[in-house]
Amino acid sequence: MAIWLNKDSKVIVQGMTGSTGMKHTKLMLGDGTNVVGGVNPRKAGQTVDFDGTEVPVFGTVQEAIEKTGANVSVIFVPEKFTKDAVVEAIDAEIPLAVVITEGIAVHDTAAFWAYAGKKGNKTRIIGPNCPGIITPGQSNVGIIPGDITKPGRIGLVSKSGTLTYQMMYELRDIGFSTAVGIGGDPIIGTTHIDALAAFQNDPDTDLIVMIGEIGGDAEERAAAFIKENVTKPVVGYVAGFTAPEGKTMGHAGAIVSGSSGTAQAKKEALEAAGVKVGKTPTETAKLAREILSA
Amino acid sequence: MDLFEYQARDLFAKHDVPVLAGEVIDTPEAAREITERLGGKSVVKAQVKVGGRGKAGGVKLAASADEAVARATDILGMDIKGHTVHKVMIAETAPEIVEEYYVSFLLDRANRTFLSIASVEGGMEIEEVAATRPEAVAKIAIDAIDGVDEAKAREIVEAARFPAEVADKVVNVLIKLWDTFIKSDALLVEVNPLAKVASGEVIALDGKVSLDENAEFRHPEYEELHDKDAANPLEAAAKAKGLNYVKLEGEVGIIGNGAGLVMSTLDVVAYAGENHGNVKPANFLDIGGGASAQVMANGLEIILGDPDVKSVFVNVFGGITACDEVANGIVQALKLLEDRGENVSKPLVVRLDGNNAELGRQILTDANHPLVQRVDTMDGAADKAAELAHAAK
Repeated sequence: MAIWLNKDSKVIVQGMTGSTGMKHTKLMLGDGTNVVGGVNPRKAGQTVDFDGTEVPVFGTVQEAIEKTGANVSVIFVPEKFTKDAVVEAIDAEIPLAVVITEGIAVHDTAAFWAYAGKKGNKTRIIGPNCPGIITPGQSNVGIIPGDITKPGRIGLVSKSGTLTYQMMYELRDIGFSTAVGIGGDPIIGTTHIDALAAFQNDPDTDLIVMIGEIGGDAEERAAAFIKENVTKPVVGYVAGFTAPEGKTMGHAGAIVSGSSGTAQAKKEALEAAGVKVGKTPTETAKLAREILSA
Repeated sequence: MDLFEYQARDLFAKHDVPVLAGEVIDTPEAAREITERLGGKSVVKAQVKVGGRGKAGGVKLAASADEAVARATDILGMDIKGHTVHKVMIAETAPEIVEEYYVSFLLDRANRTFLSIASVEGGMEIEEVAATRPEAVAKIAIDAIDGVDEAKAREIVEAARFPAEVADKVVNVLIKLWDTFIKSDALLVEVNPLAKVASGEVIALDGKVSLDENAEFRHPEYEELHDKDAANPLEAAAKAKGLNYVKLEGEVGIIGNGAGLVMSTLDVVAYAGENHGNVKPANFLDIGGGASAQVMANGLEIILGDPDVKSVFVNVFGGITACDEVANGIVQALKLLEDRGENVSKPLVVRLDGNNAELGRQILTDANHPLVQRVDTMDGAADKAAELAHAAK
C-alpha cells in the first residue's frame, strides 16, 4: 500500500535533460523507480541513455502521459521556469507532481497553487523546495537517498530534507512505509495534515513520525488535526528552538515573526494533542522505537 | 527583506500610491537644503526597522531649516531598541490629519494565498487593534490569480466600513497598493496610517514593505535595497561567498548540511551547553548538499574568523553527498586555510553519518589532524563541542 507512491507508479521527469535532472534520474532508476520519460520541448523525440536504460523525451507532459500512462511527474526545472512547469503538469491532470526546485518566488507558488484549485485540485502537489517522496523498495521520486532505509511500517512527513534522512537512518532497522518531504517554503502543496490523513488510512503504516520547524502555524494545525482524526501513534520533532526572532534560518519559511511560529509553541501544541515530542532527532527515534516495541 | 520607511515611500510613489515628499540623508547638514525646499519646515524621521520609534524620540517636527539640522543631529546615531540610526528621512509635514486608517496586503501562509487587512482604526499596531477590537479589523482573502480589481477593492472598503466620503479614494489606494505588492514580489505592503487629511485627500504617511528574496532574479532593483550598514560583518562576508549564515551570540561554531539539520544542531548544542557552562551556538551555517572542499573552506574561514567561537561542530549527514567526499573536504579545507596563513587554532568536532560514513571517518582518522576530533553520534558530538567551548572560555 504505502501512500501516494508505489511500485506501479509511472514517473516522468520535467527537466530531465538538465544536469540536476540527469543526475537524479539516474539515481531514481538505480533505486528501481519506473521512470518512463522526460519532458523537454526542445529535445522531444530523442532518448537519453542511463546506464543502458533508454528513456524517451517528450515535448509536453500531456504527450508523455498519452504515450506512457505516466501518473507522477517530478520537477527539476530551474526556479525561473518552475511555475510554468507546474501549471503544465496541472493542465495535463497528472495525479501527482513533486516539485524539487528550491528558491521559487512565493508569488509563483501562490499562483500555481491557486491554479490547481481552479482546475479542481486533480493534481496533488508535493513541495516546492522539498526532497521528494520515497516508498522504500518500491519507488523513489526526488532526491532522497534510496539506500538509507528499508521497507517497514513507519510513515514519515517532514519539512526538512536532511532531518528526513537523519530520521530514516536512525530508524533504518525498523523501516518505512513511505517518507514524504513536504518542504520548508512559506506556501507548500501537500501539508503535514494531508500526509497524516493518508498515513492514518494506510494499512501498511503503524506509526507516524512528523518533523516540523519554526515558522507559520502548520504544526499547530496538524496538532489539532491529530487530536480529532489520528488514532495511530504520532511521534514529533520540531527544529529551531534557538532560532532568533526575525531571521530566516535557511528555509524561506523558517522564520519566527514576533511571538508566532516558535518551536516551543509547536511542541506544546503537539504535546497537547497527545504527540510525544523528542528533544533531539535521536531522542525522537527512541520514542518511536519504544512505542513500536511496547 | 524588510525595507526602511523611505524605501517603502519611494516604492509607493513609483506605483502611484499617494505619499508625502521625503528624502533620506545620513549627515545632519543635508537636512537644511531639503527643509528649505519643503517650505522651511519638515519632519525628521529615524530610519530603523523596528516599531515604536516615535515614542523613543525618533520622530521630530522641525519648524525651520536650522531646527531640522539640530533634530537630525540628535536622531542620527541614536539607539532605538538596539537599532542604531544611520539615516533619517526629511519629510514634508503632514497636513492636518482628520482620521487614521490601516490597509495592507500580505502572504497568508495558512491559507496558501494572499490576504488584505483593513481597518478604520489605524495609527497603532494592527495586532493591538485585532486583539482589543477584532470587529474593527476586516480580513479579506485575495485569490492569487484574480488579484485585486475595483470590485475587490470595494469589497475590502465595505468590509472594513470606511466612511462613504473616502470610499473611492481608498479603493484607488488599494488598487495601487496591490499593484505595488504584485509588481515588487512583496510578502507584505502595509500602510499605517493611511491618513485622511483636512483637504479630504487620503495619503500614506508611513509604510512597511517586505520583499521576497527568492524573487530577486527578476528584480535587479533589489540589489540596492539591501541594508549594507546593518549586516553583521561576518554575515556580509558569508553572503559574499554565497553561504547561508546567521550570526548568533554563543561560543560553538556550527557547520552542517541542510537547513533543518543545522537548526536541529543549534538546538542540540544549546541543550548540551546546559551541562557545560551554558555555552550556546555561535551561528547558523548551512553549506548545502554539495559540501565541496572549497565550500567547506569558505565556511570554516567565516567561523574561525568569529572571535566569539571557541570550538567548532561540523555536523554532516551524507545523503546524496558521500561522507568520504565531505571528510576529504574538511581535511583539504584545513590545509587550504593553513596554507593561506589563516590562524587555525580552534578545536573541531566532526560527526559524519549516512552515505559512506565509515570511509569518511577513516579519512579523518588517517589524516590525524591535531585539531579534529571524531564523535560519531550527533548528541555525543554536540556534547563534546560544548565541553571544548566551555574549557576554552
